[in-house]
Amino acid sequence: MLGMIGATMLLALREIRRHLLRSFLTTLGIIIGVAAVITMVTLGQGLTADVQEEVSGLGSDVFIIFPQRSDPNIPAPAFDDADIRAVEMQIPGVMGAAGAVSTNTTAFHNGQDWATSVDGADSEFFAAQSIDIAEGRGFSDTEESRGESVCIIGPKVVEEIFVADRVIGEDMRVGNVSCQVIGVIEERSNSVGGGDANDVVFMPLKTVQRRFIGNPDNVQYFVVQYDPTYSSATIQQQLIGLLRERRVIQDGEGNNFNIVDTAEISETLNNITGTMTAVVTMIAGISLLVGGIGIMNIMLVSVTERTREIGIRLAIGALAREVRLQFLTEAVVLCCFGGLIGILLALGFSILLASVAELPFIFDPTVNILSFVFSAVMGIVFGYYPAHRASRLDPIDALRHE
Amino acid sequence: MSEAPLIELEGITKTFGEGAAAFQALKGVDLTIERGDFVAIMGPSGSGKSTTMNILGCLDVPTGGRFRFRGIEVQDLSRDQRSLLRRRYLGFVFQGFNLLARTSAVENVELPLLYRGESKKLRREAAERSLDLVGLLPWADHTPAELSGGQQQRVAIARALVTDPDVLLADEPTGNLDTERSLEIMELLTDLNKTGITILMVTHEEEMAQYARTIVHFRDGLVERVDRGLKAGAPSVSPATSHTTSSSVGSA
Ligand SMILES: Nc1ncnc2c1ncn2[C@@H]1O[C@H](COP(=O)(O)OP(=O)(O)OP(=O)(O)O)[C@@H](O)[C@H]1O
Ligand SMILES: [Mg+2]
Repeated sequence: MLGMIGATMLLALREIRRHLLRSFLTTLGIIIGVAAVITMVTLGQGLTADVQEEVSGLGSDVFIIFPQRSDPNIPAPAFDDADIRAVEMQIPGVMGAAGAVSTNTTAFHNGQDWATSVDGADSEFFAAQSIDIAEGRGFSDTEESRGESVCIIGPKVVEEIFVADRVIGEDMRVGNVSCQVIGVIEERSNSVGGGDANDVVFMPLKTVQRRFIGNPDNVQYFVVQYDPTYSSATIQQQLIGLLRERRVIQDGEGNNFNIVDTAEISETLNNITGTMTAVVTMIAGISLLVGGIGIMNIMLVSVTERTREIGIRLAIGALAREVRLQFLTEAVVLCCFGGLIGILLALGFSILLASVAELPFIFDPTVNILSFVFSAVMGIVFGYYPAHRASRLDPIDALRHE
Repeated sequence: MSEAPLIELEGITKTFGEGAAAFQALKGVDLTIERGDFVAIMGPSGSGKSTTMNILGCLDVPTGGRFRFRGIEVQDLSRDQRSLLRRRYLGFVFQGFNLLARTSAVENVELPLLYRGESKKLRREAAERSLDLVGLLPWADHTPAELSGGQQQRVAIARALVTDPDVLLADEPTGNLDTERSLEIMELLTDLNKTGITILMVTHEEEMAQYARTIVHFRDGLVERVDRGLKAGAPSVSPATSHTTSSSVGSA
């Protein structure tokens, strides 16, 4: 039996080689289907991973609240320290809130200058936003409460105006304020306002409020960290209620602030990715179905073309199942080739598209193996009927054919 | 046990089609063939020779009657069981040669052994031996398209022989060949018969039938006459004890 299968395989390969172009065209549906599925799944996974990384850069279980009217062209009033204290004190489930301000400035060091932004934020804000210190240290309580001139800088700023091996302890000038560098933050992928999160100079909130904004109370936006065991929707409702009251918004009037829920962002993005994958998988499924029908069609043609051969085989004593096996093997081998080419194409496409879209390329062996197995199964499913037909031929009729 | 004839046909009928379109090709054929015989089947076109051959070759089953081959009731067997019987005991030679195209002579000859599950080495050896027997070993790697008709038919005979069959069935084996090639084939069949293989052959030509020891005449789906013990050219294995003609001349 093993020799039989070996011989059948060889025969199948020979038949495929005999009609190379036809075989290739026949498997095109499978090639495209498999390539599409694998490429999409691979890119989808890359996209998901990318989104998750970006969202985790915003902190998890966090609301980000900033002033904004429904018409973003009309400026909305800023928040102040009292708003933040009120949110912290009055809403159950809120673990902490931290405000931040940001303004454009120029940083100078070593006779070089670099246009960047200076952000005022305390260690609570760093924690909520998952901003880690790569080198040096964070702000101390005294530095924060006194509004001292110390700064923690982003890797981009280091790259632009520092000699890499001497950063911590160096003095630099930010706008008109000279300060000492006490830390460098870890490379980050996202910032609330968009833009490069690594191109920033952090100073204690109070320092920036006094020295750059000129208003010791002003907070441009703030982050609220909440206990994940509480319902985020409830907290959000309470936040809206409290802020409307504090900002004296009449009933019927729109909010002049916006609340961004990081959990919601990641969910939305995941949904988009999921939908995209589903749509493409469906298209690929249709293409595979068409491909399968193509296989069936060409196998039926092959059976008709080779009726005499089947007659000879049956006459010399081939069993029905042996003839069936022969044609089934041919269909499966054909489909496996299609699957294999599809996998290779997908590999190329995924790497190419991932690099173009600046997504990580994640090779998933499961998807590739499953696709290959699926191709083989398609060979069995769509090859069965033609193979069965071949095996049911009457040897006498078959020998007399054409 | 060895007393039982190799082949016994009893009242074999074969009807093609159904209802009004039904056509009875065989109308009650009785025929006994002994082991080692060389039988030629003759008769006018449409008299049922090929139909009988197909039944004898276990390719087809009779509509009625009984066909015993080596004591096995063939009409009761399934399709696959008949395949196994063919595989084990029968070799076929067709008028149209019926070799696999684009496949070398030696691979064509190997084919029946493939279905017997023989190893590649054994297949190749047996096929080469068989090709040698028909004098075509030097042509082993040629495809049918590169061989003459006579050579193709000899490859077909080698293929039929490779399994060492009891019976070789040949429906008009020389029908597509000129006289000289035909006679070569007949000589080959005669030699094979001498080694003990029973040969059943359909032919239209008196000249070819001369090689047979038994001639069965068909007419209108019936055996009209059986002439036994004809050719003495070979050292007969057993002087064909002619049971005379065991067939009835049916009314047309
Ligand atoms: N599959 C079939 N369906 C219908 N009729 C058939 C079939 N096969 C044979 N016949 C008929 O049965 C009769 C006997 O056919 P058969 O082929 O046995 O004749 P034959 O003696 O071999 O003739 P020839 O010498 O021409 O080969 C013919 O009339 C033929 O038309
Ligand atoms: Mg005939």
